[in-house]
Amino acid sequence: MSAVFVILWKDLLSEFRTKEMVLSMLVFSLMVAVIFNFSFPPGSEFIQQAAPGILWMTLVFASLLGMNRSFVYEVDKGCMQGLMLAPVNRTAIYLSKLLVNFIFITIVELVVLPLFSVFFKLEVLHVAGQLALIMFLGTLGFTIIGTLFSAISVNTKTREVMLPILHFPVSIPIIICSVQATTAVLQEQGWQVLWGWCKLIVVFDIIFLIVAYFTFEFIIEE
Amino acid sequence: MSDSIASGSQTAAIKVHGLSKTFGNQFALRKIDFELPPGEFLTIFGPNGAGKTTLIRILSTLTHASSGEVEMGGIVPSKEPDKIRRQIGVIGHQTYLYENLTAEENLKFYGRLYGVTDLDQKIATIIASVGLRLRRRDCVRTFSRGMQQRLAIARALLHEPTILLLDEPYTGLDQHAAEMLSGWLRELRSSQRTTLMVTHDLERGIDLADRIAILKKGRIVFYEKRENVDRSNFKQTYYKLVGDEQNTA
Repeated sequence: MSAVFVILWKDLLSEFRTKEMVLSMLVFSLMVAVIFNFSFPPGSEFIQQAAPGILWMTLVFASLLGMNRSFVYEVDKGCMQGLMLAPVNRTAIYLSKLLVNFIFITIVELVVLPLFSVFFKLEVLHVAGQLALIMFLGTLGFTIIGTLFSAISVNTKTREVMLPILHFPVSIPIIICSVQATTAVLQEQGWQVLWGWCKLIVVFDIIFLIVAYFTFEFIIEE
Repeated sequence: MSDSIASGSQTAAIKVHGLSKTFGNQFALRKIDFELPPGEFLTIFGPNGAGKTTLIRILSTLTHASSGEVEMGGIVPSKEPDKIRRQIGVIGHQTYLYENLTAEENLKFYGRLYGVTDLDQKIATIIASVGLRLRRRDCVRTFSRGMQQRLAIARALLHEPTILLLDEPYTGLDQHAAEMLSGWLRELRSSQRTTLMVTHDLERGIDLADRIAILKKGRIVFYEKRENVDRSNFKQTYYKLVGDEQNTA
């Protein structure tokens, strides 16, 4: 477990110096929020219905920008080999990358969500707890998948294109559930509906985490 | 020649027997056998595509052999990879260093991964020994290639490995930096570490070696003790053995 935190410390320190991942994700998210704000009249019925979808697509696209970079630092100067030569479990590398991606995406969400609520005139304060739960589960889900696939795509020539191509088909169930759960919260459809979607996201998170945990070693070895 | 390759010694630091590696239907290594006694320095020469890096990757547990056996310090790497990783240090043509971290932070990172005790003291000592004490708090991206390679040596030695694997360590170094690296390797040699180096650099490779091997198309075609090698003729011997491949490469 300590190896996970050693690698996490290194990645946080490196990002603190460059700010490349968080800044690129933030700039993209802000651009999308501003463009949609000017495209539709704020507070309109359409934007109320479309907001959960726009929010999640923004977050997923933004996170792909960040996750694409997470293994690039390791490939530069052969650092991935340096990690693999160390006497640590290979899955510790995966778990640390998953944690660091999750932390960076959560930072972006903490900035983007309040902005979305202001731009689209969404009432979120009274449902902040429920939204936080959905954000946590949904973000964890697509980060689990994205971290695994970024380890695959980083060794391809078209890594920027490859990650979304691999990521979207697999993460669609999680994205759909997250959008539906967010809609249920914003339209106050009640705990029953929300809990149904959350349970589905939890099931997908567990399945993908197990698959990633057991396949990561084979992915990075050859 | 086969006697010197596999002497049947029980005390060999590195034992390789019948080692093969294939990629699809292409052989990278074909039934390689050799033994290296503790504290000795083996240099393996060979043209591009001879299988040198594949051999280092297998010995360092980065990839699995298709068949054959490897034993290092009495440990079988495929069975106890973590145990062998604690005993080996690898210096490659890539430095394995993070450019956005300082020299000290890089060593701290790798030291923690290897569970090195008394880490701060060891970092201070090793960073001074590679002549980077004054630059220890500078980011690695500001270092020259030679300085990065010195730090890579410090990284590889920090956990005090008993076996060193060097994969083309002279790549990208200018003449001065290469001379300095040779100096460091000579010092390491006197510390009685078992060392296996693969390189194209015939002159420097012979200088450092106790034993010399030539790898061609995945096979060891030459293996001798340094004292049995006529240095003045070695270049000719090398080109004679790998000549066809050199001309077609």
